[in-house]
Amino acid sequence: MLSNRSIKVSNKKMTFWERIYLPAIIGGMFVTFKHIFKKKATIKYPEQKRPVSDVYRGKHILKRDENGAERCTACGLCAVACPAEAISMIASERKMGEENLYREEKYASVYEINMLRCIFCGLCEEACPKEAIFLTTELVPPFLERQDFIYGKDRLVEQVDKRVDVSKRKLKHTV
Amino acid sequence: MDNLQKNITENKAVDNFDNKLSTLNLGPTHPATHGIFQNVLKMDGERIHSSEQTLGYIHRAFEKIAERRPYNQIRPLTDRLNYCSSPINNIGWDMTVEKLIGIEIPKRVDYLRVIIMELARIADHLICNSVIAVDTGALTGFTYVFQERERIYEIFEEICGARLTTNIGRIGGFERDFNETANKKLKLFLKEFPKRFKDFETLLCRNRIFMDRIINVGPISAERALNYGFTGPNLRAAGIDYDVRAMNPYSSYQDFEFKIPVGENGDTFDRFMVRQEEIKQSLSIINQAMDMMPEGPYHADVPEFYLPPKTDVYTKMEALIYHFKIIMGETKVPEGEVYFSVEGANGELGYYLISDGGRSPYRLHFRRPCFIYYQAFSEMIKGALLSDAIVTMSSMNVIAGELDA
Repeated sequence: MLSNRSIKVSNKKMTFWERIYLPAIIGGMFVTFKHIFKKKATIKYPEQKRPVSDVYRGKHILKRDENGAERCTACGLCAVACPAEAISMIASERKMGEENLYREEKYASVYEINMLRCIFCGLCEEACPKEAIFLTTELVPPFLERQDFIYGKDRLVEQVDKRVDVSKRKLKHTV
Repeated sequence: MDNLQKNITENKAVDNFDNKLSTLNLGPTHPATHGIFQNVLKMDGERIHSSEQTLGYIHRAFEKIAERRPYNQIRPLTDRLNYCSSPINNIGWDMTVEKLIGIEIPKRVDYLRVIIMELARIADHLICNSVIAVDTGALTGFTYVFQERERIYEIFEEICGARLTTNIGRIGGFERDFNETANKKLKLFLKEFPKRFKDFETLLCRNRIFMDRIINVGPISAERALNYGFTGPNLRAAGIDYDVRAMNPYSSYQDFEFKIPVGENGDTFDRFMVRQEEIKQSLSIINQAMDMMPEGPYHADVPEFYLPPKTDVYTKMEALIYHFKIIMGETKVPEGEVYFSVEGANGELGYYLISDGGRSPYRLHFRRPCFIYYQAFSEMIKGALLSDAIVTMSSMNVIAGELDA
């Protein structure tokens, strides 16, 4: 023996009690009968949803700051960090009078995530140095066309009147 | 009526069928094989005369992809090897990189890792054992233990944010500490699980119908198993108490008391019983780790590899530089060659890594236990019935994702 702490676990010799097999069947029946009165483990899915954790990694969101300007500055760090190469963007320069729209002088005029490629690993939100991209607890719904899975800014950027609270996710790196 | 009788006798199957072997394709997508495996069986009536396996149906070239990914982006790839226990793969990969760069890990991180890895082992063994029962026709136990597996996945979700493809942990520790809810769920699991597991045991372990069905099905001798390179529960079932956790302790496994269950002749019943006992041992390891949990940080102090907190990134120059360097994979990794192995849920999961000092590995090889088990499958099912082949495969716990990588 290699480790001096092995135990033999399989006993293939049946006792007389086990050989007549009816006691085991009655025991099994008793277990299954007991379970009739237990709480149901299943939920009725589309109507009833399982509570997910605060840090669940679902659909992405591009955050706005407290004044409603987009936080993303198109640095491309999320695209570099993405192991699935799902993120692409085109950067543009902010014009005069757009200060209320974009927080930084450079912004992403096109920002696309291909949800068919995305593996929801959460490395993009960790990479973002501007706290612009976050994953949410929502799921990406199914579509019929592949084209529909390419999420542009219209579906990624947070709506001004429907802010999403991500404060619980942010705690991750504070010691 | 006479006419009909005559017709039936005339069209009876030919008698000289005995001498002919018929070919049966079990797979590639067969409902009974749990994954994409192709087996071409030569059948002599009901018995398997010989068989030939094909693999590579879901080969995704992870080892090749890894040659173009920075070290922290390879963890999501390891999720998809043995997807029933991805935290073990993730943590194993992190520890391989830690061995290469040679960093000291705090005791608390070791203990947290042990808890996560043992939970994953329980989940994997639960799936394997309950699926053996399903393949023999007993569906009820499966529905009971899957409720407990659900609890384990909820604990993972609380810590890393996902259930199956966890991507848990980082090089140097964890991405976040166990929160209140995770601890509460863990305690609830430790309290509730033994009861539910007892029910599962009552249904199957000493039930003659189940025992008669799986005793002496798909046996392999200890010598043959060693020659093939078996590890994990399948080798222990053959009677050899080899366990990486005991032989070559990693992540402070030397601090814990646990027994290594062994079987007799490596048949399906032995494999089943070894896994049953391992679940109990894992549970005791988790309990010990919870009791002895030391104080300390949840990650090592390695600014070159562990991302700084976001508040520091905005205020401190050094943290900002490290943040960009880590994400872009530009931190200096030493040249070298390391092999590191962990006791995965179904055997020794090894990582062989060669680094030339660049941002990604020069070569990475996963030593996947399933790949090795599958080589012996042909020998183990020779002369057995077709239905025995199904049970043998599910009891070896061959996972398609790990087989093909």
